[in-house]
Amino acid sequence: MKPPAFDYLRAETVSDVLEGLAQQGGDARVLAGGQSLMAMLNMRLAKPKLLIDIMRLKELRRIERKGDAVVIGAGVRQADLLAWPELADALPLVALALPWVGHMQTRSRGTICGSLAHADPSAEMPLALVALGGEVLLRNAKRRRRVAAKDFFAGMMLTARADDELIEAISLPVIKGSRFAFREVARRHGDFAIVACAAMKIPTGVRLAVGGVADVPTARNWPRLEGSALDDALNAFAYDLGARDDVHATARYRRDLVRMIGRDLIGEVLQ
Amino acid sequence: MTRLKADARHSVRFTLNGRPAEGEAEPRMLLSDFLRHQLGATGTHVGCEHGVCGACTIVVDGMLTRSCLTLAAQADGCDLKTVEGLAPSADRLGVLQQAFRRNHALQCGFCTAGILMSLDHYLAKNSAPTEAETRDLLSGHICRCTGYTPIIQAALEAAAKLASSKKETSDA
Repeated sequence: MKPPAFDYLRAETVSDVLEGLAQQGGDARVLAGGQSLMAMLNMRLAKPKLLIDIMRLKELRRIERKGDAVVIGAGVRQADLLAWPELADALPLVALALPWVGHMQTRSRGTICGSLAHADPSAEMPLALVALGGEVLLRNAKRRRRVAAKDFFAGMMLTARADDELIEAISLPVIKGSRFAFREVARRHGDFAIVACAAMKIPTGVRLAVGGVADVPTARNWPRLEGSALDDALNAFAYDLGARDDVHATARYRRDLVRMIGRDLIGEVLQ
Repeated sequence: MTRLKADARHSVRFTLNGRPAEGEAEPRMLLSDFLRHQLGATGTHVGCEHGVCGACTIVVDGMLTRSCLTLAAQADGCDLKTVEGLAPSADRLGVLQQAFRRNHALQCGFCTAGILMSLDHYLAKNSAPTEAETRDLLSGHICRCTGYTPIIQAALEAAAKLASSKKETSDA
């Protein structure tokens, strides 16, 4: 339960980070709040040769409103975003989901982008990114690129980030005039979600995004459905997610939760 | 840019409970182990070592921090507060500690250091917490002895006492 040996690089500029990643590639890992990566190191599920600490970089600590989007830098901690005065107005879904991320004692250190980099299928921030249709801003020593949320998560704890890329920030759209709902079932508040759901009203009807069931957070759009048509749509979605039995819950229980929470949340946002 | 080599020990300096502290650590050394083994500050306990149990919780630069999920090297230059800094003097307990004692809020005491740090940090910012807020805060800690009820009683009692006498730092 102690980390393996690695070099530790305290970056003072973003180019320090990008150079380190370019040189060491897949043997380097970016250390931000450490709330996922340090646990992976302690359990030796990750064995990098180099850790690049980015938390002394002030330029990555920004939350900026840019037009109809909010850009959240790689160094922004979950507690920083929760304390951002504009959060409830600009990103109401994130305001609902963020208190479910870990505990106060881990949100104080953990970052938003770190949670996305870790890509746990039951985590709340990846779910919010997919539900809102946000983007991940990646950068290596030579170029920058933007990846849409639905293309970013490639599988359980796998993302589209290349070995030499830093998640520099994410961009979340500010969606006005919609309604949002979020709910999660876990053994205790703050534990990993057995099922987490986010719903939002969209111009053509409704969107439901589900985490904790498939290997990536998954969203589906429907027109306004009611009664048995909604039940059938939710049932088909629950099966399409490919739930499996594990130590926390059976596949059937997960499908039940998707159907029940999905119906409740859709009712809430379409009221 | 500072690159610390994996196989060498490097100087780590920070402020611990208001006093300068210094030691040497390999990059892989956890802050929890650095506190206990290099500095002898064994008040901070180590339970699960993956951030779940909360026993090792301390305050770093005003942030509640799992010291087992933090490298000693990350704490270089920071301001640390551990359970050793809670009592106003060696023979007196603070208000929160007294409330724990009165309410039997600890039995084996293994989780207590972390819980005290979380509550001390929280009560300093929230002078009138509700029971629900206190329970939410305690969800970041695991206690296998008390069933949590006496911890919640102690926290609420300490909050009331601190609120009624802001200047008081001890009831000894």
